This record gives sequence, C-alpha cells and structure tokens, in this order.
Amino acid sequence: MISKLTYAERETAFAIALATLVGGLALGIAGRNDVLGWQGVIVVVFAIAVLRPLMSSYYEPPVAEDRKVTYYDDPTKVGIVLAMVWAVFGMFMGVWVASQLAWPELAFDGAWSSFGRLRPTHTTGVIFGFGGNALIATSFHVVQRTSRARLAGQISPWFVLFGYNLFCVLAVSGYLMGITQSKEYAEAEWYADLWLVIVWVTYFILYIGTIARRKEPHIYVANWYFMAFILVVAVLHIVNNLALPIAWGQAKSYTIWPGVQDAMVQWWYGHNAVAFFLTAGFLGMLYYYLPVRAQRPIFSYRLSILSFWGITFFYMWAGSHHLHYTALPHWVQTLGMTFSVMLLVPSWASAGNALLTLNGAWHRVRDDATLRFMMAAAVFYGLSTFEGSFMAIRPVNSLSHYTDWTVGHVHAGALGWVALITFGSIYTLVPALWKRERMYSATLVEVHFWLAIAGTLVYVFAMWNSGVIQGLMWRTYTGEGTLAYSFVDSLVAMYPYYIARAFGGLLFLVGVLVGCYNIWMTIASAPLAASEKTDAPLLPIAVPGE
Amino acid sequence: MDFDHQSLVLFAKSWGLLYLMGFFLCVVLYAFWPSNRKRFDRAKNSILDRDDRP
Ligand code: HEM
Ligand code: HEM
Repeated sequence: MISKLTYAERETAFAIALATLVGGLALGIAGRNDVLGWQGVIVVVFAIAVLRPLMSSYYEPPVAEDRKVTYYDDPTKVGIVLAMVWAVFGMFMGVWVASQLAWPELAFDGAWSSFGRLRPTHTTGVIFGFGGNALIATSFHVVQRTSRARLAGQISPWFVLFGYNLFCVLAVSGYLMGITQSKEYAEAEWYADLWLVIVWVTYFILYIGTIARRKEPHIYVANWYFMAFILVVAVLHIVNNLALPIAWGQAKSYTIWPGVQDAMVQWWYGHNAVAFFLTAGFLGMLYYYLPVRAQRPIFSYRLSILSFWGITFFYMWAGSHHLHYTALPHWVQTLGMTFSVMLLVPSWASAGNALLTLNGAWHRVRDDATLRFMMAAAVFYGLSTFEGSFMAIRPVNSLSHYTDWTVGHVHAGALGWVALITFGSIYTLVPALWKRERMYSATLVEVHFWLAIAGTLVYVFAMWNSGVIQGLMWRTYTGEGTLAYSFVDSLVAMYPYYIARAFGGLLFLVGVLVGCYNIWMTIASAPLAASEKTDAPLLPIAVPGE
Repeated sequence: MDFDHQSLVLFAKSWGLLYLMGFFLCVVLYAFWPSNRKRFDRAKNSILDRDDRP
C-alpha cells in the first residue's frame, strides 16, 4: 500500500500522523488528572501504529502505476477488512449484553463490564464500526466505478478511513472507562466529536472532488444516496454535539441545548441517523451492487429518483415520533407522525424497485446466495419501514414505546436490512477487488445466509412477542383500577424471550465468523492469471454522444 | 423577532405545505422530463459495463 505512494505523499502522510501523535500527547497532558488522559494515550498508540509501517517502508522505491488508467482500491480493501473486524467485535458485544439481560451475573461485578457501559460499545461497534467502515469502503468503490474516475486524492482516503476508525476506538474505549454524553448514538464526548468533524469534512470534499472528475454525464443514483449520507450526517453530528467541556482537561461536557429542545435535537439527530446512516448509505449500496450482481439494470430509474427525494425530505421531519406523549408540543408530535406514515411511500418504492429488478432473474436468486442476501435485505427493508410507520402512530406507540417491540423493530432493520445488504455487497466486492474468480467457497456463503436469516428471525420474533406482552402487562388494570402486574412480573415474563434473543444473536454472530473465514481464504487464494477482462488498460471506447 | 407558538404553527401549516408540494412538483418534472430519458437509460445501463478502468 505504501509502495504505491510517491515520496511527497509519504511525507504528507507522515506529517498528518505526527500531528495526530502530538495532538494525542497534548490531550494526554491536559487530561492527566482525568480519564481524558487515557484517551490521549490511545490517540498516541493509534498514531504510532500508523507511523510504524509508514516509516519502515518510507524509502522503498515507489511502484510505478499509471493513475490515469487505474482505480484506487487499496482503501476499499482495508475498509472491508476493518468492517468485518468491527462486525465481530460489535456483535460479540451484542450477544454479551443480550446474555446479561437474561443472566445478569455475566456483568462479573465490574464497573467497565456493566450493562450500561457495554450496551453503547455494541451500538457504536455495529453502527459506526461495522456499518460506517462498510459505507466508507463501498462508497469509495462505487463512486469511482459510476463516475469512471479515480478517487480525488491519494492520502485523503486513508485519512478518512483511519481517522474514522480512531474516532470509533476513542468512543468505544471511552464508554468502558465511563465517558459518555448520554445521548444515544452520540455518546462520544467533545474531543472525539471535534475530530470526527475534521474527518467527515475531508470525506465530503473527497467525494465531491471525485464526482467532479467524472467522465459520465449523469451522476448515478447510488452516488446521490451516498452524498446525502455524508452531507446530512455532517450536519446532524455538528448540531447535536454542540457542547461545552467543563474544562479543557476534562472529558465531561454539557450540551448547549436546554430541556425539551435538547430532546428534540437529539431525536432529530437520532432518527436521521437511522435515515441517513442506516438507510441512505445502504440504499446506495443496494442501487449499485444489486443490479451489478443480478446483471440487470435497475427496474425503474425514475422511481429511484422520486424515492430519493421523498426519503430525503420526509425523514427530516419524522424525528419527533420518538417523543410521543412527552413535553414536546402536541403539533410537533403530530407532524412527526404524519411524515412517518408518508415515509412508507418512498421506502416501499425503493424496496419494490429492488425486488422488481430481480423479477425475471429469480433463478439467479435461487442459485446465488450473494444475490439472495440482497433480496432478503430488500424484503426486510420493506418490512421494517412498514413496521416503523405503524409504530409512529401515536396510539400504537403508546403500546410499543419503552418495550422490546422497539428493539425488535431496530434489529429487523439492523440485522435484516443493514447487515444483509452489507454482506451481499461485500461478497460481490471481495472477488472483484482481489481479482479472484469467485469467493473461496460458495457453500460457506450459503451457510452464512441461512445462519443470518435464522438468527434474524429468532431475534425479531422473540422481541415482538416479548415487546407486546410487556406493553400489555404494563397497561392491564384490575377491577379496582390499580395495575395488575408489577414491573418485576413483566421482567419474569421476558426471561424465555431474552434467552431466545441471545441464541438468535449467537447464530447471527456465527454466520459472521463463517463469512470472515471465507473472505480470508478468498484473499489468501491464488489470484486469477492475468485477467485481460478486468485488468488490462483498453483503449478508450468511443461512447455515442449524449 | 419573537415568534409565538401560534404563528409558528400557522407558518408550518401554510408555507410548509406549499414548499413541499412545490418541491415535489420539481422532482416529478425532473424525473419525467422527456429529454432526460436518454440520460437515465444510459446511466442505469452504464454500471453493467464490464471493463474496470477509469
Ligand atoms: C449478533 C447480533 C446482535 C445482538 C445479539 C444484538 C443485541 C442487542 C441488545 C441486547 C441490545 C440492547 C437491547 C435493550 O437495551 O433492551 C441491542 C441494542 C441495539 N442494537 Fe443490537 N444486536 C445485534 C446486532 C446488531 C446490529 C448488526 C446492529 C446494527 C447494524 C444493531 C443495532 C442495535 C441498536 C441500534 C440498538 C439500540 C436499540 C434501542 O435503543 O432501541 N444490533 N442489540
Ligand atoms: C419508514 C421508515 C421508518 C419509520 C417511520 C420508523 C419509525 C420508528 C419508530 C416509531 C420508532 C420507535 C420510537 C419510540 O417509540 O421510541 C423507531 C425506532 C427505531 N428505529 Fe425505526 N422506523 C423506520 C425505519 C427504520 C429502519 C430501516 C431502521 C434501521 C435500519 C430503523 C431503526 C430504528 C432504531 C435504531 C430505533 C430505536 C431508536 C431508539 O429508541 O434508540 N428504523 N423507528
């Protein structure tokens, strides 16, 4: 990887890594009387881990490469590996916290291993670690292919990728030490948030720069989704994390938003994190990898444009459905509810568009587990958005809110949609990137598929059952008008479902491990003998003019 | 300037609606504009090209 950089580029990389190291030192010294000091140490260690390989091959002669006729795929390759590593970590933590809910002794009486600290390591690990790395990796791949242009930078993709992972490591290690902003999906504290702003703005500039270089007249729809993902996440992140640290040497900060405004900003952020992190970016994957794998163009390109703008503009207003029956003004709740119901239209348009693309290629879906991953993802996408629109209706929410139904909805989306579309994309991408004819073992892809489906179904059904039972128990009154069940009664009723959920999660995790092995063996296997089809620079083909 | 609750609601109910409808109209026009058809057709087929170079 380093051998492909020119000396000047190595110098830039060195300077950035050194600056990060100095920044880490400063953080460590400023925070020496606080847990913040340890976060500084982590930054220093991370910077050294980047500097070491860089320095050891600093003077090796650069490999000549004609950048005009090649794409830049090294960051994508590393990003995929990192995504799989985070998947294993995040889902292991998921299985652990799921087991803690069934068997609380699994916290082992440690502060760091208590449920409250491990839970955000799960959510951050899977959403930002696994999902984020997969999004960065695939977006780099898709933008180059659909624009027919090389990434607009040689160092900035690495800065984005490693900088982003530094953020994730800081966040997760911070939770274990007890650092948190107490905002869900935005738990990381001010210093990590500031760092992410720098990384994310670089990402945006890089993406726009690559699109500006494009040789295609039209920007393919997948890029629109990726751009919405990058742009909106930047805005959300900055607004929701506006906060003042209590001192520069302290990890703790306080948000500038007061009271109910804070709640509204947080869930405007929270829901749009679902919309633009867990949905828009992954729809970008869907609109590229599904047609490519099926070797069929998307069913209706126009529909994909309509649903893009629908999703973008409706989601923005839906966040208040997380705050039904709170101090938030009633009309704001109604607004959120209305837009959530309307959201079903563009959501189903996307899911339908994906499934209709496969119409006529069902035999491929039957034979090819990779394509089946993507088909199942589209089905779960349709399912979870239907469920979401339904749960957003205020009276329904009065039953579902605070219960495991929400958790079931989350994982129908997270496992069924986000994770499945990612695995489908990765299985499409890995052989193409490493220039192998196919994955090491098609059988193992098949095994992974069925483990993932079984795990998702067990998880989601367990949570649906437990959630509805919980909700009903909490609202059952006796003849005298008192509550029929105590909270502990409902907890006892949950017990079997919590065991089932942990088991379903375990199946899903085993599937991921099978996938890791398969990917590893594919990378380790012998590459295709000089494949002219993909490798050799052809003369530019004249394309009929627009 | 000080907005009271009532005027904010009024604004959201009137201009909010107009803005969204207007936006919707623009998107529909763009998607169905006849001369865009060729671009879209090309775009959706171009990703299936087999050569892997810029
Ligand atoms: C091995 C598979 C997984 C297991 C066993 C698992 C387990 C759990 C558990 C036990 C919780 C806490 C629920 C509670 O507090 O009652 C949770 C929350 C959560 N998980 Fe997972 N999870 C898994 C995979 C995933 C994946 C792949 C994603 C995302 C891509 C994800 C996203 C989330 C989110 C967003 C929450 C917070 C839900 C909320 O606050 O309502 N999980 N998970
Ligand atoms: C049309 C689309 C959707 C709508 C209208 C919707 C609506 C909702 C509603 C009403 C809740 C419960 C709020 C509460 O009672 O606190 C919720 C929670 C959630 N949904 Fe969705 N949903 C949609 C799609 C999705 C998708 C596709 C995903 C995941 C990939 C997802 C992830 C989540 C998460 C993570 C939460 C839990 C938030 C929390 O409390 O921590 N949603 N959604």
